[in-house]
Amino acid sequence: MKHLAVLAALLAPLPALADVNPADWDAVLAEATGQTVYWNAWGGSTTTNEFIAWVGDRVSAEFGVTLEHVKLTDTSDAVTRVLSEKQAGENDDGAIDMIWINGSNFAAMKDADLLFGPYAEDLPNWALVDAEGKAVQTDFTVPVEGYESPWAMAQVVFVHNTATMPDRVGSMQALQNWAQANPGRFSYPQPPDFLGTTFLKQVLVDILDDPSVLATPATDENYDAVTAPLWAYLDELTPNLWREGKAYPATGTAMFPLIADGELDLSISFSPGAASTAIANYELPDTVRTFVLDKGTIGNASFVAIPYNSGSKAGAMVVADFLMSPEAQARAQDPAILGYGTVLNMDALTAEDRAAFDGLELGVATLTPAELGTVQAEPHPSWMTRIADDWSARYGVAQ
Amino acid sequence: MRRPVLPLLPALTLLLMLGPVAAGIWGTLLPAFGHLPAAGLTGPSLEPFVALFDWPGLARAVLLSVTTGVGATVVSLAVVTLLLAGWSGTRQFRVLERLLSPLLSVPHAAAAFGLAFLIAPSGWIARLLSPIVTGWDRPPDILIVQDPLGLTMMAGLIIKEIPFLILISIAALGQAQAQNSVTIAQALGYGRVTGWLKTVFPCVYAQIRPPVYVVLAYSMSVVDVAVILGPNTPPTLSVQIVKWMSDPELSMRLLAAAGAIMQLALVVGALAFWRVGEIAFAHFGRRWIASGARGRCDPIIAQVALFSGGVSVLVVLFGLFVLAIWSVAGYWGFPDAFPDGFTSRNWMRHGPGAFAALGETAFIAVAVGFSALILTIGCLEAEYRHGLRVTQRAVWLLYLPLLVPQTAFLPGLQTLMLGIGAEVGRIPVMLAHLVFVLPYVFLSLSDPFRAWDARTGTVAAALGASPDGVLWRVRLPMLLRPILTAFAVGLAVSVGQYLPTLLIGGGRVATLTTEAVALASGGDRRAIGVYGLMQTGAALLPFAMALLIPTLVWRNRKGLRHE
Amino acid sequence: MNKGLFLRNIEISNGAQPLLTLSHDIAPGEVLTVMGPSGVGKSTLLAYITGTLSPDFTGSGSVVLDGRDITNAPAHKRHVGILFQDDLLFPHLSVGANLAFGLAPGGSPADRRAKIAEALAEVDLAGFEDRDPATLSGGQKARVALMRMLLSEPCALLLDEPFSRLDTALRAQVRDLVFIRARARSLPVLMVTHDAEDARAAGGRVITLEVQS
Repeated sequence: MKHLAVLAALLAPLPALADVNPADWDAVLAEATGQTVYWNAWGGSTTTNEFIAWVGDRVSAEFGVTLEHVKLTDTSDAVTRVLSEKQAGENDDGAIDMIWINGSNFAAMKDADLLFGPYAEDLPNWALVDAEGKAVQTDFTVPVEGYESPWAMAQVVFVHNTATMPDRVGSMQALQNWAQANPGRFSYPQPPDFLGTTFLKQVLVDILDDPSVLATPATDENYDAVTAPLWAYLDELTPNLWREGKAYPATGTAMFPLIADGELDLSISFSPGAASTAIANYELPDTVRTFVLDKGTIGNASFVAIPYNSGSKAGAMVVADFLMSPEAQARAQDPAILGYGTVLNMDALTAEDRAAFDGLELGVATLTPAELGTVQAEPHPSWMTRIADDWSARYGVAQ
Repeated sequence: MRRPVLPLLPALTLLLMLGPVAAGIWGTLLPAFGHLPAAGLTGPSLEPFVALFDWPGLARAVLLSVTTGVGATVVSLAVVTLLLAGWSGTRQFRVLERLLSPLLSVPHAAAAFGLAFLIAPSGWIARLLSPIVTGWDRPPDILIVQDPLGLTMMAGLIIKEIPFLILISIAALGQAQAQNSVTIAQALGYGRVTGWLKTVFPCVYAQIRPPVYVVLAYSMSVVDVAVILGPNTPPTLSVQIVKWMSDPELSMRLLAAAGAIMQLALVVGALAFWRVGEIAFAHFGRRWIASGARGRCDPIIAQVALFSGGVSVLVVLFGLFVLAIWSVAGYWGFPDAFPDGFTSRNWMRHGPGAFAALGETAFIAVAVGFSALILTIGCLEAEYRHGLRVTQRAVWLLYLPLLVPQTAFLPGLQTLMLGIGAEVGRIPVMLAHLVFVLPYVFLSLSDPFRAWDARTGTVAAALGASPDGVLWRVRLPMLLRPILTAFAVGLAVSVGQYLPTLLIGGGRVATLTTEAVALASGGDRRAIGVYGLMQTGAALLPFAMALLIPTLVWRNRKGLRHE
Repeated sequence: MNKGLFLRNIEISNGAQPLLTLSHDIAPGEVLTVMGPSGVGKSTLLAYITGTLSPDFTGSGSVVLDGRDITNAPAHKRHVGILFQDDLLFPHLSVGANLAFGLAPGGSPADRRAKIAEALAEVDLAGFEDRDPATLSGGQKARVALMRMLLSEPCALLLDEPFSRLDTALRAQVRDLVFIRARARSLPVLMVTHDAEDARAAGGRVITLEVQS
């Protein structure tokens, strides 16, 4: 009889594999204890890596969750991984428990039913999120619907070295003119790098008279006409790019050393505070400043999502919730740490938590929220996919 | 009676070495012809190849893979051949050889980073010469690193292949009676270089042919060096395959598989082309020998070869030095030759991560290196005890895993492993490393092991020692130095593995090499400096130990000191 | 029991090519010298007797030592001692450890040490236990190799051109040393050599192998 009981106990965990209910937060916390969460996040930035390591220390101390940062060169690696696991029938304990994601990768995963959820709006700290004022409920026009939870706000800023380029430019046309006068001193990361495609979208949003067409999916009918000005713009710009467009930096952070060396005068970043942080780390000279365009710049939120086949969903939710906590958000906004924008609503915070944000020194190169101006919406991901493909065909295989 | 396991070891070793390669190619072939049942796709279809040929960058990517691969092989082989021809046996050559040996273990990625930090427009050479010599107060807008022709990438490969080919050739020289032949040729009025080329080179080349093929196959399909130094508009075919592999869209996987088959065909084609080239070369070589030309340009050729060899050594050494400077640099603007200040901050920031990666790297390398050593010793001992013959064909089997491009079978292996539900992580990564480590450990140990005087074994047996006793009490202690060297070779090979770790580890296994190459995309030179140095140290330290340990253990044994 | 080394109808061939045939008895204390040009298979014959014949060769015929058929016994259980032209002292072991390697197992450590000391004293090398063999002279090495072999208490002794590396003066001295000790222990000795002087000094029968065609 004893043996039977043991057998039953061994078999019992099978039903327990069914997903934990996010609404029952105590159950989530209980199950999360002792779990290991493999967070797949881009690993090319030291500051981000350090922040993630800090998150790991905190969730380990507070919730008993072990966080392992799987450093990606490209977020789509993680998407592929989950996809191949699904093909292989690995449905219970995939290699990935959480992904730093947004945009087309999110759209692809949501579309293919590769994500766990909805869970985001059940997380306790969701109550503090500025769900109305910040673009956290759509991701590149794709409804989020609780399948990913936000943890940072990003907005395009231009980074310039005032020692060699004293004045900002107010529009993409002005940038074109400046590049003509200063050939070889500007570049953008090579699409399909996320920041590189963002630059292309920023061009399109800025030079179109009416960018509202971008909010709906691209069609075979309108695509050529809408993007024609973009290609005309790039045809003119490319010969004046760094290395005449025969090579591109791999990522946004790869442009910082180029500015520091004086190879570039101007680059772009998706993190308003990154330049200040880089100055603090000797990666940029202290003459660097940032600016935005007159009509504003594109912004979006960074999210984390949980694959449907994660074996540590509870642990992943605990980490996702911690990322939205005032403690983590204030730290992420500190330019000495990350300099990322917060997703929280300041009015929803306690006075004590708010003070933590108010006390932050933004840094010499960081614009205030007011200076950041209008946040332009991301176009529908279908634009980005097609534009990135076309870019590769036109410029990515330069003859 | 205990079942002897020894006779089974050669078969097991071959299985461990070739099984993953064969399985991986199978796993690549299926999706290449549109067959991926897990995704609801059943073949056969030629769609993936149609899509591949539709990719606008294909012609250039293929051309790049071929030109950089063949170019790097031709140049490094030429430099090595002429260096040996002009200088082997001289004092200058011994100095060069002593410098080159440790460079063999410097990981490709670290050498590539060093080269980039050295020759980029904002690199150290430009800094040292600016502004006084060049007049530059900002780096010139010249495309050096990532140039569209892949010249920098070729250079990065050449500086690593020269040490490899030199050390392989020196081993081959021992059996070629080189000195006598050259002496005779010189007595007949031939120049040193010409005499060597006409008398010694044919014998040496016959022996180094397999490693030369390995260099060719490797150079054509390398990923990490190409990511760091190669062009991106478009990249080489191998890099593009890895990019396709990581695309979220499923159809891209089929494209990647088709590209992988293409890569395999390219390498096979290039090897065949090389073989034809050898025949043509031999034909003209014989006519050249028959012509009796004595070689009037010999001294110039010898000087050029020595200069090239010297430059390749210096580039790696100075590259590592610049990595070291960056790892402790504060703010360092152009054109300053040195940073404004030195700081331990970079090491404080990256040290913990780098040491964690070092732990993972060392754990994998030691486990893999040790397994490879056991298997190798087992095979060699089985060969000795059971009188197994080693045919030339078996030697080629050993080289096979090094000749099949990594990008051709690793993606397929990953797909297959997932298909059978194998857990990703450390153990599969170790098995994948073993595929590449085994051949090198075997090649490194087999010569000294076989060269051991069998009469010593006869004497020991006559004194009553059992076969195991002879192995443990006599043979292994006497071969301590070559065994440790082979182990160090195994460690260095494992430390340097990029693609197997990345693809088979499913991202969960972070070694110094994967971390360093991941940093390449971020361009943080201080972090790259820290990781590159750690990576180099991880590969170099075992070699230092392999020299030091026997010297200490046998400090009172003159007979074992100079082997 | 028939003491001695009996080689019965031994035929060794290299593939299809016959190499040598031999049938001979060697009595205790007797030295049989086998001569012949190099390549005739002298060393191959010894390898057949020690059980270390290379797989290139096939051999038949039996080897009987002191009444025991050792033809198919493993090399380490044959009790056949062998000396080569090189001393082949184990370079990683001290002189004493080399002797201990040969010394048959058993006895207390003190006993074993005493036996080794005695053996060294017997060949005028008392106190050499801790020496590195690589630091000895040629004659000293040859003497250590001889004593190492004798300590293993072999029942027969094979000599493969054992003196050819020694200079003339040393040669006679070492040769006497070997033969005297072999005779004292009543060992059957098989010596292969191409040196007529060795054959004369051995004093036993001499057979000459011819190249077979």
